[in-house]
Amino acid sequence: MSAMFSQNPVMNGPNYSFSDAPRTNNGEFREHRFNPYSDNGGSTLAIAGADFCIMAGDTRHTSGYSINSRMAPKVFRIGGSNSDQSDATIALSVCGFAADGNALRDQLDTVCKIYRYRHGKPMSVHACAKRLSTILYNKRFFPYYTHAMLGGIDEEGKGAVYSYDPVGSYEREQCRAGGAAASLIMPFLDSNVNFKNQYVPGSGVGHELKERERHPLSRPVVETIVKDAFDGAVERHIEVGDNLQMMVITKDGIEEIMLPLKKD
Amino acid sequence: MDALVAKYSRPAAEESDPFENELESHDLMNPADHLSLKFAMPPVAQPSSWLRAATDDRSNPECPIKIAHGTTTLAFRFQGGIIVATDSRATAGDWIASQTVKKVIEINSVLLGTMAGGAADCQYWLAWLGMQCRLHELRHKRRISVAAASKILANLVYSYKGMGLSMGTMCAGVTAEEGPALYYVDSDGTRLAGNLFCVGSGQTFAYGVLDAEYKYELSNEAALELGRRSILAAAHRDAYSGGYINLYHIEEKGWTRHGFSDTNPIFWKTKLEKGEFSNVTSELE
Repeated sequence: MSAMFSQNPVMNGPNYSFSDAPRTNNGEFREHRFNPYSDNGGSTLAIAGADFCIMAGDTRHTSGYSINSRMAPKVFRIGGSNSDQSDATIALSVCGFAADGNALRDQLDTVCKIYRYRHGKPMSVHACAKRLSTILYNKRFFPYYTHAMLGGIDEEGKGAVYSYDPVGSYEREQCRAGGAAASLIMPFLDSNVNFKNQYVPGSGVGHELKERERHPLSRPVVETIVKDAFDGAVERHIEVGDNLQMMVITKDGIEEIMLPLKKD
Repeated sequence: MDALVAKYSRPAAEESDPFENELESHDLMNPADHLSLKFAMPPVAQPSSWLRAATDDRSNPECPIKIAHGTTTLAFRFQGGIIVATDSRATAGDWIASQTVKKVIEINSVLLGTMAGGAADCQYWLAWLGMQCRLHELRHKRRISVAAASKILANLVYSYKGMGLSMGTMCAGVTAEEGPALYYVDSDGTRLAGNLFCVGSGQTFAYGVLDAEYKYELSNEAALELGRRSILAAAHRDAYSGGYINLYHIEEKGWTRHGFSDTNPIFWKTKLEKGEFSNVTSELE
């Protein structure tokens, strides 16, 4: 009798007893699979500076061991007043499943455009960040398979980076690497951006030892760190390569830079 | 008549919507709609089992989507109010996704929630709870009690039971009618009032220290130190906990923050100045 009722009281879906579960011709259980996701590889990186923010990603698009495209960007301008996004002030990067990433980008862009149309001003990064979180959470039970990051300039003029998990938990950070090579790039950033485990030489022993002071990095330094991070990732990860796309967000708008990466 | 008028009249803003006929237009155009409880569902008979296969790394280590987990959080009532303390590590499988997570969620100026389990579930539903608490204030012209707030959350998660929400949270606050009040609410639907709770993968280690030293009569300074020391114990012994210690003290006037401090220097200070953790030596033997 208990088999009459679904395990899940909310959905109340069909519930087979084990004896009459559907079988294939050779007697094995017929499995119904629903695989809506694939992993298109690639990696993204975002670093916030004092008055700017850099969002970067490679442009390789893969499925398993095959390379589908060498020019499939992962970083997008969001919330401009028209389709060429020339006056956008916020950038979104997504990696994971590219189709979900594009759907997410389109949805967020529409929301930002409607906001601009209604309020006569662009959305702040702070507001956009919260909205992106709720967009991701709205698919809590059928998630977007993406690691999203949002970059812009906050109300005080400082660079802002927000990073997300697939279902919308988010945090503002100084820097973040996402995607296939996140585990290769993140330790590099811990060392070069946050100066983790570095101490001032000769400042003492034990408790006297002083941590190396953190300070916002200049734009040329950040650009160099981004390039080095991706060169390193391309060297050791098969899903990363081809081109490096960098969006530099300042108070004057977004500047896009394309640089070559190794193509093997 | 009123019903007819209500049915056919709309505010001017909606009247001129160019997106009227689009499938998803309503979701996008109505600013409050994204806060409604309509979630996208996978097109399968049993969404919850599909979701488990796709996201639960304990039942399926190969799952494609790794949701951030792992925590130590604690809160306890004492004579001076409530202490809330957490670590700050988020893990996705073996990967440390972040060392700087804010696991104390400020629901409003007097109410705090803690975050254990799914980070997004806690962030989203505690923010939602903050909205419900504000609406309660506006409707009833007085602040919501902690009992009522925690029950709103408990009823909500209970309505999603079996769907795969994962949260173990504590609602803490001090109100005039209740005094210091502390509730544990989890995604199974459990809601418990109590003096002292630890939640998360490091809860046993935190309970060990907290139970040994806890007294209701603790001074404010001693209580803060006990909260810090309990999280330190968990950060030391539980691999899924660590990072920074986030400390809050709640009184009737509201909560105050007592730092977001790195565990590493606190550990060495505790060892060298108080002589604790004497099993840890700097010699490699």
